Amino acid sequence: MTWNAASIGRLFAIGIVGGILQLTTISQVAIFGVPADLSPLLVAAVGLLCGSIAGAGFGFGLGLFMDTLLAQTLGLSSLVLLAAGYGAGRLRELRDPAHALVPVAVGAAATAVAVIGFAVLQFLLGVDAPVSLLLVRQTLMTIVLNTLLAMPVYLACRRLLAPYLPDDPRRRRRRAYTTGGLSPLSRA
Amino acid sequence: MYDRQVRRRRAVLLALVACCLVLLTAYFGESSGGPLKSVQTGTMEVVAPVQEGANRALKPVRDLFGWFGDTFDAKDERDKLEAERDRLRAEVARLQVAADENAELRDIVDYARSSGLDAYEPQTARVYSRSPSSWYQTIEINKGSSDGLAVNQPVINGKGLVGKVKAVSDGNAVVMLLSDSQFGVSALAAASGQPGAILPVAGSPGDLLFDLVPEAKEVRTGDTIVTAGTVSARLPSPFPQGIPIGRVKRIDGEGELDRTIHVTPFADLRDLDFVQVLTEPSADLRASAP
Repeated sequence: MTWNAASIGRLFAIGIVGGILQLTTISQVAIFGVPADLSPLLVAAVGLLCGSIAGAGFGFGLGLFMDTLLAQTLGLSSLVLLAAGYGAGRLRELRDPAHALVPVAVGAAATAVAVIGFAVLQFLLGVDAPVSLLLVRQTLMTIVLNTLLAMPVYLACRRLLAPYLPDDPRRRRRRAYTTGGLSPLSRA
Repeated sequence: MYDRQVRRRRAVLLALVACCLVLLTAYFGESSGGPLKSVQTGTMEVVAPVQEGANRALKPVRDLFGWFGDTFDAKDERDKLEAERDRLRAEVARLQVAADENAELRDIVDYARSSGLDAYEPQTARVYSRSPSSWYQTIEINKGSSDGLAVNQPVINGKGLVGKVKAVSDGNAVVMLLSDSQFGVSALAAASGQPGAILPVAGSPGDLLFDLVPEAKEVRTGDTIVTAGTVSARLPSPFPQGIPIGRVKRIDGEGELDRTIHVTPFADLRDLDFVQVLTEPSADLRASAP
């Protein structure tokens, strides 16, 4: 990724708009009794597109923003989202997976890391209230909902960050054949 | 070159993790007016107008999703409401007789107690965001300390108790809902007068527990649970007496020790557009003081 003021500004805007959209709309629409959670999807998409350092930094920032706005314990969401962003980024750096459904799988995994990690940290910090088994169902439903949303969120992030990403040779090759241009063989 | 990249990556990761741990430790260690909480409050205040604007602008989108859900639920709800209406008709007749008796008794013991909410100076506020987490069941409202709100003030809606104010800034506030894992309120079973405490069940927002009840066998399914109010001057409750909380849905367990009383809150905590904050929750206590 090309690092400059414009690319950092765009990441910043994705975080702010995504966070506010989550709080004002997505959180208030419950499907099967639970709302979707955009935060891990945004972090996973940024990690997959921009790498581990950007993913971790974006996760930390978005987590801090959400914790601040919701008067939650500062640092809690940052820690789990930073892990999700770093993991997505490392997957890209080590494996560079090419399958079209990778963003969906990574989005689901990032959501699982974020939701389960958040629950584990809550238990470590001490929960006074009894915990219902329905929490397991809620966790699973959030992961399922986020899995459905992962691809559109990834595509939106890729579109917004495209000017700052290195050219993907696979994408360029596909475009050459789909825009009606002649292949190098027929041109010869 | 490669080593330098690896070292840089690890250094950034370690720095971010360290930042998180420092924030967590500092947040837990500081008092309610500490610097981190002040920064949190300040940021909330700055972002609140943006959130409120976005909330209004995106309401049609939420309503569209809500319309689908409402249509599916409407038939089921109509049947339930018809049954509820029939039951309430009978109850109204019984209560009219009881109200006459009650008025006479009040005159006899000269026990004046205000039951109107106006005494508590309610402030109506619009809900503009809510937490997506199952652990922090909170909402944000567009009234703050400049409207007389303060931490721990009770929050209600037209159906009953919703929660209490958790944090407040100049123009907005965060409300901790009944279903938040840190919530608790002293309560009474209205029919039997049994005292206890209403506690949440984390992960199950439509379910509360009526716990710490000395004579749990006196509580019956269908009993109404209300706030107990202040019963001791040493331990004043921030909640006025008699605010409806919910209805006993079921009672698990046979023995006295393993009896678990489940309560369904009257307020629909997943569908809140407007709430009222009682800014003078101790008004009735002051009025009745000698």
